[in-house]
Amino acid sequence: MSAAASPDYEMVVGLEVHVQLKTRTKAFCGCSADFGAPPNTNVCPVCLALPGALPVLNQHAVELALRAALALDCKVNATSVFARKNYFYPDLPKGYQISQYDRPLAEKGWLTIGELDDGTPVRVGITRVHMEEDAGKSVHDRYAGATAIDLNRAGVPLIEIVSEPDMRSAAEAGAYLRLLKQILSYSGVSDVSMEEGSLRVDANVSARIRGATQLGTKTEVKNMNSFSAVERALDSEFARQVALLESGGTVTQQTMLWDGAKGETRASRTKEESHDYRYFPEPDLPPLVLDMEWVGRVGRAIPELPDARRKRMIGEYELSAADAELLTASAGMSEYFEAVARASLDPKAALNWVMGEVSAAVNAAGVRIDEFPVRPADLGELLRMVREDVVSHTAAKRVFARMVETGKPAAQVAAEEGLQKVGDDAALVEWIDEVLRENPAEAARYKSGETKLQGVLVGLVMKKSKGRADPRKVNQLLSERARV
Amino acid sequence: MAVTGQDVLKVAKLASLAVDEGKLDALARELNSILGHMEELGKVNTERILPAEGLSSGGQRLRADHGPADALAHAPADFAPEMRDGFFIVPRLATHEGSSERTP
Amino acid sequence: MKPPPRAPASAAKLLSRPLTECVACVREGAALPSDLVSAAFDRADDIGAGSESLNVFLATDRERATEHAKGLTALIGRAEAPGNLAGVPVAVKDNIATLDMPTTCGSRILEGYVSPFEATVVRRLRANGAVIIGKTNMDEFAMGSSTENSAYGPTRNPVDIRRVPGGSSGGSAAAVAAGIVRLALGSETGGSVRQPASFCGIVGVKPTYGRVSRYGLVAFGSSLDQVGVLARTVEDAALGLEVIAGCDQFDSTSADVPVPRYELEKNAGLKGLVIGKPREYFPERLDPRIAQECERALDAYRELGAEVREVSLPHTAYSIPVYYIVAPAEASSNLARFDGVRYGLRVPSERGLAGMYEATRARGFGPEVTRRILLGTYVLSAGYYDAYYKKAQSVRALIAQDFRDVFASGVDVLFTPTTPTPAFELGAVKDPYEMYVSDIFTASANLAGVPAMSIPIGDARGLPVGGQIIAPHFAEPVMFRAAFGLERALAGELLPGEKSA
Repeated sequence: MSAAASPDYEMVVGLEVHVQLKTRTKAFCGCSADFGAPPNTNVCPVCLALPGALPVLNQHAVELALRAALALDCKVNATSVFARKNYFYPDLPKGYQISQYDRPLAEKGWLTIGELDDGTPVRVGITRVHMEEDAGKSVHDRYAGATAIDLNRAGVPLIEIVSEPDMRSAAEAGAYLRLLKQILSYSGVSDVSMEEGSLRVDANVSARIRGATQLGTKTEVKNMNSFSAVERALDSEFARQVALLESGGTVTQQTMLWDGAKGETRASRTKEESHDYRYFPEPDLPPLVLDMEWVGRVGRAIPELPDARRKRMIGEYELSAADAELLTASAGMSEYFEAVARASLDPKAALNWVMGEVSAAVNAAGVRIDEFPVRPADLGELLRMVREDVVSHTAAKRVFARMVETGKPAAQVAAEEGLQKVGDDAALVEWIDEVLRENPAEAARYKSGETKLQGVLVGLVMKKSKGRADPRKVNQLLSERARV
Repeated sequence: MAVTGQDVLKVAKLASLAVDEGKLDALARELNSILGHMEELGKVNTERILPAEGLSSGGQRLRADHGPADALAHAPADFAPEMRDGFFIVPRLATHEGSSERTP
Repeated sequence: MKPPPRAPASAAKLLSRPLTECVACVREGAALPSDLVSAAFDRADDIGAGSESLNVFLATDRERATEHAKGLTALIGRAEAPGNLAGVPVAVKDNIATLDMPTTCGSRILEGYVSPFEATVVRRLRANGAVIIGKTNMDEFAMGSSTENSAYGPTRNPVDIRRVPGGSSGGSAAAVAAGIVRLALGSETGGSVRQPASFCGIVGVKPTYGRVSRYGLVAFGSSLDQVGVLARTVEDAALGLEVIAGCDQFDSTSADVPVPRYELEKNAGLKGLVIGKPREYFPERLDPRIAQECERALDAYRELGAEVREVSLPHTAYSIPVYYIVAPAEASSNLARFDGVRYGLRVPSERGLAGMYEATRARGFGPEVTRRILLGTYVLSAGYYDAYYKKAQSVRALIAQDFRDVFASGVDVLFTPTTPTPAFELGAVKDPYEMYVSDIFTASANLAGVPAMSIPIGDARGLPVGGQIIAPHFAEPVMFRAAFGLERALAGELLPGEKSA
């Protein structure tokens, strides 16, 4: 049964988002937080939980967590407390996770995810933002009958962002996640990549009769690896709950796992009642007492957030709202655009190139914009060359392609490839004569007055010149040759 | 709040400790005897008292975001019960046969 | 050019001299560190420190110790500063991580485990020229008051081998009392340095919480644990503490407070000092011999110009219940890492991973550790947290307030008995709670985080009696001042101008 067929029920969603903070080292030790090292090489006494090891908190992790909290308009607690969440799991080396429990870093924020037709903003409340550490990685499919444990990721700093159950559809949840991702990326808090695991989403979902004020029994849905998977999982789980309720059943509070291949949620095999985490204040870490002046400085240093950037760019570069929306979808892309616009002094051209050639090339190469070999200053130089007629628009695309391959600056590529515009009469005349020789029939008809062939012949000359010929001059010279 | 053998069993599960069925009642008696002395605390009025948390005053000292971490004088392979290709090896979890599910 | 060494001092004799003398001889080349190390090992052999008798050590490494000692001689040869403990043989409790020897915590679960990193306190000892000669026996994971809970057999008291040395730092106390070393490291959670020091007739110091780094000390009750020193004299203890104290980048709970030179208190005198005598520490049922020795000590204080003032710490009676909730709760979590995954014992099971965990921990932990893990897990579990753990932490705040109040009233230090009884016979205390009550006079200082020490003040029927001096946070100097004065008075040695009243 689909959700659409049950107009009497409304979906209620709250999201728990785990985000890996972009630090160089782990939360509680000096080990590198990078991915990709051989197993168990980014480890030390602390993250191996050797007897006698103790945690010491990374200041930059606190700073990034604060940035996230402040960007989400949360109230920062001057004193917050770390706690131990106790459970046994082979990739949890201490037998507890250091997290925050009843006194989190920050609380009571919100995120505006859109507006109603009448202009009323749609806000999702942020219950809390707290700091914690990641567990290691368990590999279950590498060896028969055994689980392999890699602790490189153990102790990497995370924040958990818990929302209020304020979303009413999968689409709203999707909008919340996309906006949240943008904000965290803009503020430099995280790489926010679900593929790399630096952003993970669990959803609490329940169904209730529309208009009811009480919440229904919720389930927690896990194991979603993309935003669209979250949306599909929510719809599917909601439909399952509605079907249950309509047939007179009740929803059991439990953890559900999303099976993307089957497109359905199924109950997790772990027992709820076995979870008694025995939280208590982490005695190895005194309470985190923040200097509120520092918190203020962290807040003021937050880079421009997407909403502000959109508004500014519309004014500064005369962009349409739609173009600004597209450009600011990614912090990196909008920064790239701005740098190109400034270097080329031609925002219109910069927009066309960034949305066209650059996006295509970045997608084709499968890299992030900050890894893209053509730096904004070099692209700006190329656009300047086009404007100043040093290269033709056609040649510029070839120059750009070579820049992508080689990473060399525009002028150097144009020179090496001989792609500067050729306006020299002798060279042009030579190409024109060659074309006329190679196409004697057309040449004859043209000379006999069939002037509509002029375009065809100019095209052939341009092709022969590999786009370097100045078309204005070719036209002029060709007309002159015809009169000879 | 008298502790029963069943309570001991539950707590032992939480603590991942195998306990002989035959010893449950004896352990329960021991815990009850110890906890009995703890009931003394009920006499103290703590209504307006903030529980002690961390004896060091002035909050937490933070470290700068750089290494190196404290070095290991010998590698995990020297002390690990079982290692393969750099991984610690444990028996596979029953709940993970053929899935990639992870609890909490 | 190096001056020719003066006539070699007898290393064996030096071991019975104060550390300052010993270190001076080493620096001047009159004694070789390797000779001191040999003398310590010879003494251990002579006294019967082996497992069949005193059972002081869980590991020794004569070869490595001798190597370290020779390295030190080379250092002195190059006229480099060898440190404040140059050539001093030191014994280290087995829950303090060392690279040289295993660190087992007296437990089967860590049998043979050699730590790949060294505790900050051990690094500081080494940087100051000390030579680690062995790891001392202890109650498993420091849980006990008699060293009978070691998986490797009990340690016996050198004063009377039928009796326990106290615990949990019983091996370290025995090593000092038997004259094998002048200095040993122990650890405290509820009295584990002071109580064995008292039972063995030596000095034991528990510093302020945060005074000494816990990095490399295997955690038992993290909010209570502190490394301490055991020595024959107050001065030796002061020197030892000075070396290991100080802030550490690897311990968030270590305090950034300068380390004073404690031994400078030696000649400060007692005039004007206000000694508080808390009435709760002198109950009617106190062993009369212990009460008598305490009164003698208080008289000595009065005679040397200190004022003795009766005071009250009203929440003292709750220290044992509070301690036996907080410490096991923290322990239940601290000991979760012993799961057979990354190091230590692993017992395979037919019931997969969960079975492996349960079998490993059941086989690896002894009965007292098991009891405390169960107790600690219970008091933290859903439905009991508020009634036990939270309640205990609230009463703990009141206990700490008692100390703040009494020190704010003008009292410099408190004087109490260290233990309610002298050393008991092996096997004499069977009921767990009866054993817990051994900590009745010591646990409060751990709960409040204040420094405290035990010094020998006499004997009861031939068994040593310890007196306890408790001071405010980071007021170790005044604690040492009171200790130096009492030690001197009881030995009948007076400072110039110090006259018996």
